[in-house]
Amino acid sequence: MLVEGIKSRPIYSPLVARTGTLHLFMADGEGAQAILDLATTASPGFFERAHICYIPRAAAGRGFESALQALNPAAFYVGPTVAAALPRLAVELANAHMGTQIYLAGTEGMIGQAMVVALAAGVDQASIQREHRGSEARRVQCVHCKGITEDVTTQPAKCAHCGLMLLVRDHYSRRIGAFQGVCVDAEMPGTAPDPEEAFR
Amino acid sequence: MTIEFNTETFRGDFTYHNSAEAIARFPFPFPEDKYMYSVNIEPHVSFRPGSVYEHPFDVDEHYVSEVADRALVLNEDPLRSQSLPHMNLAGWDLLELLMTNLSESYPQWFELHQDGDRWHWINRPLGIDDTFTFLDNTTLPYGPMEYIMRQTQGDYALLDQRDDNLWMDAGVITTQADWSLDFDIGMNFMEWHGPVPLAHELGVFERALKFLLNLRQGQPVRRLNWTMTVHPRLDTSPENYAKWGVDRATVTPENAGEYMYLRVELQSLWRLPRSNAIVFPIRCYLISLQDLVTIPKWGRRLHRVLRDLPDELADYKGLTMTRPSVLQYLSQFDDGAQTSAGTFPD
Repeated sequence: MLVEGIKSRPIYSPLVARTGTLHLFMADGEGAQAILDLATTASPGFFERAHICYIPRAAAGRGFESALQALNPAAFYVGPTVAAALPRLAVELANAHMGTQIYLAGTEGMIGQAMVVALAAGVDQASIQREHRGSEARRVQCVHCKGITEDVTTQPAKCAHCGLMLLVRDHYSRRIGAFQGVCVDAEMPGTAPDPEEAFR
Repeated sequence: MTIEFNTETFRGDFTYHNSAEAIARFPFPFPEDKYMYSVNIEPHVSFRPGSVYEHPFDVDEHYVSEVADRALVLNEDPLRSQSLPHMNLAGWDLLELLMTNLSESYPQWFELHQDGDRWHWINRPLGIDDTFTFLDNTTLPYGPMEYIMRQTQGDYALLDQRDDNLWMDAGVITTQADWSLDFDIGMNFMEWHGPVPLAHELGVFERALKFLLNLRQGQPVRRLNWTMTVHPRLDTSPENYAKWGVDRATVTPENAGEYMYLRVELQSLWRLPRSNAIVFPIRCYLISLQDLVTIPKWGRRLHRVLRDLPDELADYKGLTMTRPSVLQYLSQFDDGAQTSAGTFPD
């Protein structure tokens, strides 16, 4: 599981089918399984009011698309990347009415980016369900150049933009949807340790 | 009060300096020979004329140069000044709080004339003479918070209160001890304090939050916080850490008295009347160790505090690399004599 005790990190918990007029799901990778698990306890007709947006990523080819489609949601979309799918979520939220429920499941990076879109749409963060599944790779913002590096698995990690070696801190910004990366060898440039796998 | 405002820099050639008066009124933060976190909050009431506690918002000899340094930072990085849309009213509350208090405390420098919503503000040290309409953003060159912050020493954060929590939803942060407004904006009280070691386990933040949620208008409170900085650099932001972090490797026992500065934050907290937000000024004072040890009690005490500081705290405050040199320097000024209680010089 994820490292515990990070005060600024969201708390993730299993998705629960709530009462609502519309159920918006966004999932990536193994997050599909969280929706399938929820389906085992959802009331009949639940998915007739559900929209599912799914990005297979590393779980492509494991049959999640067809399993989700078999739930017969009112709308089903498979996106090529998280970035490609986010505008769709923004439009869905812009058109949403009272009683809309939001469910996010999968990697922390996807959940964080979807949260940014949802917060911008005026949704109260406490009302959004989030379940982490799959990789613990981190989405990291370089505090120096502000560039985002996706799927960071090492400590330290090289900023994909400015090239500084970053210590990935246990400090998470919901608004940016990323952990903070701070130059690891600023005191003595060139002395950064070799990266080692830290987030599987 | 007659003050000559210093012409000085907080970067490059670092010409910042404290007069003898500024040294004597420096807010030394240690009432005893050891330090640990506590909820060290007290009423922000006036006492000791001439001290930094005399006025609600202290203006000192560094005012004009500090404001000039802030302008440089904001020009380089506009993300140091941010306000989420719902915080505009709190910005006006803050502007009012500062203008009314500054003009009362320092009438020789600041004047505020209010004719209904038409306000006339004069800031003599900065040569500002502006007329604007209160609560109308279009009548100011910046948003209300940034407008008054560009005339103020110290960082200010505006905290919205909702859901039994405080949310850092606006701020102008250019003189910070290594934290990023751009990263932390929108976080709640527990979240933005997340990286602080030890204090969560001590329950410090739960108690402080509970206290602050009940803060009343007209009853501001204050506390001191501290760290150390190489050179009198106000902008020790994480954004620029890759530029200033290298300074730490230059500190030796021989130059520590000149290079190392005790950095003290006088933090106060004020309930605002219209928005019900809290404003959190973080006013930074800097003193070189060689100036500090001219007060014998402070030299002895700082040596003991730093010597016995837990490693986690030293690391969090960024002192790990410089502490040995600082201790070696300060030990010359610690003869083992007893120190008196309290923070003021004997």
